This record gives sequence, C-alpha cells and structure tokens, in this order.
Amino acid sequence: MIILDTIPRGPRATSSLSFRAAPLARPIEQLRLLDEVNVTGGPTNSGRFELDIASSGWPRLKPERLEIIQINLGKLCNMTCRHCHVDAGPDRTEENMDRDTVDACLSVIDRSGAQTVDLTGGAPELNPHFEYLVEECVLRGLRVLDRCNLTILLTRRHEHLPEWFAERGVEVVCSLPHYRKMGTDAQRGDGTYQKSIQALQRLNKAGYGQGNPDRRLTLVTNPVGAFLSGNQSSLETEWKAALARNHGVHFDQLLTLNNLPMSRYLEWLVETNQVELYLNRLLQAFNPSTIAGLMCRNTLSISWDGYLYDCDFNQQLEMRMEVPRPHVRDFDLDIWQNHEIRTARHCYGCTAGAGSSCGGAITG
Amino acid sequence: MDHYYHRSHLPRFGEIAEGNQELADSFFAYYGKVFEEGSLTVREKALIALAVANTVQCPYCIDAYTTACLEAGSDLEQMTEAVHVATAIRGGATLVHGVQMLDQVKRLTM
Repeated sequence: MIILDTIPRGPRATSSLSFRAAPLARPIEQLRLLDEVNVTGGPTNSGRFELDIASSGWPRLKPERLEIIQINLGKLCNMTCRHCHVDAGPDRTEENMDRDTVDACLSVIDRSGAQTVDLTGGAPELNPHFEYLVEECVLRGLRVLDRCNLTILLTRRHEHLPEWFAERGVEVVCSLPHYRKMGTDAQRGDGTYQKSIQALQRLNKAGYGQGNPDRRLTLVTNPVGAFLSGNQSSLETEWKAALARNHGVHFDQLLTLNNLPMSRYLEWLVETNQVELYLNRLLQAFNPSTIAGLMCRNTLSISWDGYLYDCDFNQQLEMRMEVPRPHVRDFDLDIWQNHEIRTARHCYGCTAGAGSSCGGAITG
Repeated sequence: MDHYYHRSHLPRFGEIAEGNQELADSFFAYYGKVFEEGSLTVREKALIALAVANTVQCPYCIDAYTTACLEAGSDLEQMTEAVHVATAIRGGATLVHGVQMLDQVKRLTM
C-alpha cells in the first residue's frame, strides 16, 4: 500500500472513473455499451471482430513469437488524463505490483525468451519496486522501455531518472499528444505541455534523443478527439522540425496510436454523443493488412496482481488470457504459443487505418 | 427530402460512378494522387483543402477536411489561421475590385 500523501500531484484533465464510482468504471459496462452500438463497415458488416478477421484470412487469432513482456506496474499516476484507458490517477493507491509479483515477472521473463521488457502503468516510476525491476532486466541484457508521462520526471523523488536511465540504456517512451500546447493541455491537464517540454529538455541533456541507440527517446501521440491518428512518418518529420525550432528539443522516433473506445476515452465519447460515430469510423477504416502485426501476437501483458492478458487493453477490460491458469506463477511458453487471443469490439482500434499498437502504426 | 444537404451523402460519394464508371475512376484516382505526400506534406495539403472548402462553402468538404486536418496533426489554431487566409483572399479579392470602381468614378465624375 502506497501512502497517499507521498504521491506527487501532477496535472489533471478529469478525475478517475473509479474515484467517482461511475458505472463505466466497470469493464463489463464498457463492453456492454460497445456491443449495443449499431455499426456498419468492416468486411462482414457485422461489427463482430472475430468474423471480420476470419473473413480476412484469420479464422483463429494466434500468437506468432513472444518478443515483448509488457508489465503494468499499477494504476497509480500523478496525472489524470482525459483519454486514459487504464483509469489511472493519484487515487489508485491499492492496485500496485508487490515485490513477490515483480520477482515472478522476472522468472517469466527468464523462461519466455523475450528480449524486450515494456514497463507501463499508471506512472510505472511510482511503483516502489520500479528501479529494482529495471536493474534486474538491464543485468539480463534486455531492452527495457519505460512508458513515461514526462511530468513525473520533474518531481523531487524522480528527478534523478533521466541520468539514471541513461546510465542503464533504458529507452524512454513518452506521451505527448501534440507538439503544440493547445491539444496537449486539453487531453492531459493545464500545465502539462510546459512541464513536458521541460522534461524533454532534461532527457536531451542526459544524452537522449540524439540518435544514440543507448539513449533512445521515443514520443507517443494519441489523437486529442474522435478521429484516427495520422501518418506516422509524415508526422515525425514535422514534429522533429517543430520541437527543434520552438524549444530546441530533439527526439528519435514518433509513434502514432489510435484511442481505443474504453474507460475514460469511452466516457468522453458518451458525454459528447460520439460513441457510434467513432466506432463506425474504426470499422470503416478496418485494414486487414494490420492483423499479422497486431501486438497481441508478440506480447504478453501482465497486470499489477500478476494475471496474464493478450494486451494492456484486454487487461483493463479484465479479459484474462484464455489459458487454464492465467497467472505469472503458472506461465508456460508452450501454452502461450498455442492459445487463442481474446477479442471484442475495442480491438477495431488496433486494425483501423495504418493500425495501432504500443509500437505505433503497424503498416507503412 | 426537406433540405438539399445530407451528411449521409459524404460516405456515398463513390456512388457517383453509377452514371459513368470510367470518369469516376479517373477522378478518384487523380484525387487520391493529389493528396499523397509530395513536395507538400499531407498535413499542408489538408490545410489548403480546408481553406478552399470554406471558400467554396461546401459542407461535405468542411466536414471531411476538418477531420483530415486533425488526423494529419493540425490543431485548432493552425486550422483557424488557414481559414483566415481564405477569408483574407476572399475579402481582398472584393476590395481590390474597388480600384475598378475608383477608376470608373474618376472617369464619370468631375
């Protein structure tokens, strides 16, 4: 249990669904709401993801090769962003990974053959075992990614992290919705943009974002609204020029992600009466060439309490992996390799347009 | 039909091929090429399209290119500036014709 008073208070655009005891805090309500929407589009015009991928040549969605272990260290965050699919926030003090589960994750990593460990949250840095887990992964020679909200790097307890990461070659993957202030603060809370730029400048000072493969700085952008993300390489060129010109900030790579219609983003769609419009937009942009590269085919997702999922979105929707014992204690690579991936309507977010994954766009 | 413009027309644009498939195919192939990344970026082209859409006051185009601009990474401030560029040209076009008026007035009056 983390003491509430010790949590740095960062920018907020809303409060958590959980804090407000909103009906949409319950995953079953989110799934029900999506299932009730009238949809058109997609290969079968049925709004059933499993039928649309089946008619695209994928009667069974199975894993390819386990490359990434994505660990969600907890729902605790110093920020409360409008679109958060985790419903994270400063009030989520209960759901955070303990040391035993961290050690069980390390044991899964050792057995899995995966070369990349992707740490997410909440703000993963707020977990008391974060630095221990990073150290252990670095000692194993693995590629370690920290999914960072940037503002956490300005807090007293975490201001050493840019240099600490640099010494260990940790790849920093940062959320920034736009290279200009307007969209960024609307999605993530007033003051976020200025803090984010300051944090990026600190990362640059620590050697990040200058093309060094051991100091890799990646930015991640989600659309600030009910539309799909743009062309990743085209945006990267513009972002690099704009951030360099306006702030002297440099980074290595931009990832464009679609918002999946769930949790707080779904709440916003409901409030603005755009659920049907957005879901139909995703279906109409269904792109079968994204299926082979879906992240659920190369990623194992682990929750704060050690349960196994096909991705972080399924994790937040409490759709546990369809294996007999979906827990880190019982992980078996052969069983993972042969299990069937669970899908529902939110999955249309990953197959829309150029596709979307934690690694950015799936196709060119 | 109680009014001329219907939102549902936009996704049905392709149905225009019913009357002449070949011309529609040519138009949509050309249209697609125009908006590809070129010397201008997709984002810059979408901003030009938005400005033109407002100038020709086509609700379909305004709908489509507002979304296209956002998807291509423009924000409200940038899009508003694009619309003001169209407004300035449109207003300027009206005003510069005032010089014709001026000459005419000078011809006709003492």
